[in-house]
Amino acid sequence: MADDILLQANSVTIRFGGLTAVSNFNLAIRPHELLGLIGPNGAGKTTIFNMLTGVYKPTEGEIRIGGVSTKEMKPYQITSLGVARTFQNIRLFKELTVLDNVKIGGHIHYKYSGTSAVLHTNRFHEAEDIAEVEAMKLLEIFGLASRAENEAKNLPYGDQRRLEIARALAARPKLLLLDEPAAGLNDSETRALMNTIHDIRDRFDIAILLIEHNMELVMGICERIVVLNFGKTIAEGTPEAIRANPAVVEAYLGEPAEAAGL
Amino acid sequence: MRLLPRTWWLRDLVLLVLYIGVIYLAWVALEYAAVYWPTMRYYNRIIVLLGINVILAVSLNIINGHAGQFSLGHAGFMAVGAYGAAYLTVTYFGPYVNKFPEGIQRIVWQNVFLLIAILVGAIVSAIAGYIVGLPSLRLRGDYLAIVTLGFGEIIRVIILNVEAVGAARGLTGIPAWSNFFWVFFFAGLTILISHRLVMSSVGRAFLAVREDQIAAEAMGVDTTRYKVKAFIIGSCLAGVAGALFAHYSPAYLNPTMFTFIKSFEVVAMVVLGGLGSITGSIIAAIILTILPEGLRYVKDIYPGMRDPRMVIYSIMLIVLMLTRPQGLFGRRELWDFLPKRKDSIPKEGRDQGDSNDKLDRDSGPPVT
Repeated sequence: MADDILLQANSVTIRFGGLTAVSNFNLAIRPHELLGLIGPNGAGKTTIFNMLTGVYKPTEGEIRIGGVSTKEMKPYQITSLGVARTFQNIRLFKELTVLDNVKIGGHIHYKYSGTSAVLHTNRFHEAEDIAEVEAMKLLEIFGLASRAENEAKNLPYGDQRRLEIARALAARPKLLLLDEPAAGLNDSETRALMNTIHDIRDRFDIAILLIEHNMELVMGICERIVVLNFGKTIAEGTPEAIRANPAVVEAYLGEPAEAAGL
Repeated sequence: MRLLPRTWWLRDLVLLVLYIGVIYLAWVALEYAAVYWPTMRYYNRIIVLLGINVILAVSLNIINGHAGQFSLGHAGFMAVGAYGAAYLTVTYFGPYVNKFPEGIQRIVWQNVFLLIAILVGAIVSAIAGYIVGLPSLRLRGDYLAIVTLGFGEIIRVIILNVEAVGAARGLTGIPAWSNFFWVFFFAGLTILISHRLVMSSVGRAFLAVREDQIAAEAMGVDTTRYKVKAFIIGSCLAGVAGALFAHYSPAYLNPTMFTFIKSFEVVAMVVLGGLGSITGSIIAAIILTILPEGLRYVKDIYPGMRDPRMVIYSIMLIVLMLTRPQGLFGRRELWDFLPKRKDSIPKEGRDQGDSNDKLDRDSGPPVT
C-alpha cells in the first residue's frame, strides 16, 4: 500500500517567526487522483504548495515523494521526482516565446552539455527535435499552437493561465500542482478549464492537486477535498461530505450553505 | 542550405574553413594596404581593437544579457587572461621562438605558442569566473554588481603589487604575435559559441534564470549551476580577449588598462546594443570603438576648440539611451527586424487548424 502513494506529508508544520502558518498537516496523494485543497484566504494553501515543491522547508515533519524524503532537496531536484506546479500569480518567462516557455518546462528531459550545444552534435539534434515535437504537441492540446512564436507576455490572460499548465506538463510530472488556475477567468473560461483539467488527468495519467477559490470548479471535478483553516485541516472527504460539513461551511463561508449558493 | 553537406561536423568544418579563408584574405589585404598607404596602420589597429571589443561585449552579454546577472567586472577577467597568457609567453615561450631560424618554422611555432597562451589565459579567467560566480548564488541585482566591481578592482590591485608581472611598471617584452587574423578568428568563435548556446537548452536555462528564478527552479532548472556556468563561459571568453590584447603590438600591459572604466566601456556596449542581443552587442561594440576615434577629427574642423570628443561621445550615449532605453535592438537580434521569408515561418505541423483533439475542443475557442 505504501508504495502506492505518490506523495505523503507526515505531520508537517512550518513556522515563520512566531506565526505557525501550517500545523500538523497530513496528506497522501495516490496516482491518478484529483484532489482539491480549499480554505479561506491566509489558510496556508500556497504555503503547503511551497513546502511540497521545496521552496519552503517544513519546520517539523516530513514530505516524501515516491518514497523519497525531500528534506535536503532543492526545488529543481523535486521537479525531477515528478512534481510540477503552476503559480497563483502567473510566472511565465514573459520575454520568451510561448514555445520556449514550454521547452524550458521540459528542461530536465532535454538536457545536454554546452559542448554539444556549440558543436551541434547528434545529441543536440536529437534532444532539440524531441523538445520541439513534445512542446508543439502540448501547445496543440491547449489550443496555443498558432501562438507558438508569440512572446508569452503578449498572450491574453486566459491563454497565459493555460500556457502555465502546458509548461508544467512538459516536465512529464506524475503529480501536477495547480495554484488557483481559474483565478481571474470568467465563467465560460472556468468551465472550459474544468474540462481541460479533467482531461489532462486522464490523458497524461497524472494526479492533480488543486488549490481553488472557485467552489464550482472544486466541487465539480475533485474526487476528494481537503479543507484548511488557520493552517489546520478541518475536514477531508468527498465533495458531498464537504458540502454537508457544518464546520467547513462556517469556516469557509461564515453563513449557511443554501445562502452561499452551494 | 543545399550547398552544404548534411552531416553536422562536415557542414561546420566547411563553414569553418570558409570563415578562416575569408578572414585570412582580409588580413592579407589589410597588411598590403598598410604597405602602400601608411595611414592604414592606424586603421588596422582600430579594426583589431574593435575585434577585441566585440569578443568582450559578446562575452559580457552572455552574463549580463542572457543569464541576467549584472557583472561590472569584465575588465578584471580580461586582465586575468591578459596577464596569465603574457606571463607564460614572456617567461617560457619567448626565448625558444627567438632561437628558431627566420622563416616558416618560426611562424608556425609562434602561432602554436600564441594559441597555448590564449588557452591558458582562457582557463585562468574561467577559474576566476567560477570564483566570482559563486557569490552570485546568493546575491542579486545591485549587490552582485558591486561584488563584481570590487572583484575587478581587487584583481587590478593584486597585479599592481606582484613584482613578477612588472607591478606598476607594467609587463614588457611580450612577443607581439597577435594579429588581425587571430583576433577575428576568436571573435567569430565567440559569436558562434554565444549564438549556439542561446539557441540550446543551456541558453534557454540562462534565459529562464533571467526571466524568473523561482519559476525556473520549479521547472527543474538548477539556477545556481547555470548562473555559475554563465560566469565561467563569459569570463573564459574575456580571458581570450585579454590574451589577444596582451600579444597585440605594442604588446605591453599595465594595470591602469584594466580599471573599472574599461568594465564600464564594455557594459556600455552591451546595454547600448540591447541586453541579451548578440548582434546588438556586436554593432554597439563597433560603434563605441569607432566613435571616439572618429571624433578625433572634430578638433581639426574647429581649430579653436580643445579636444571635445569625450564630451560629444557622452552626449551621444545619453541621447541614445534616452531615445532607446532598451538599447538599439532590445532583446531581439538583427534578423528579427528584417522582413521574414514567408516559407520560413510556419514549420510543418505547427499550424494545423483542424485538430481532432478532444481537449482542444473542450478548452473552447482561443480567447482573443
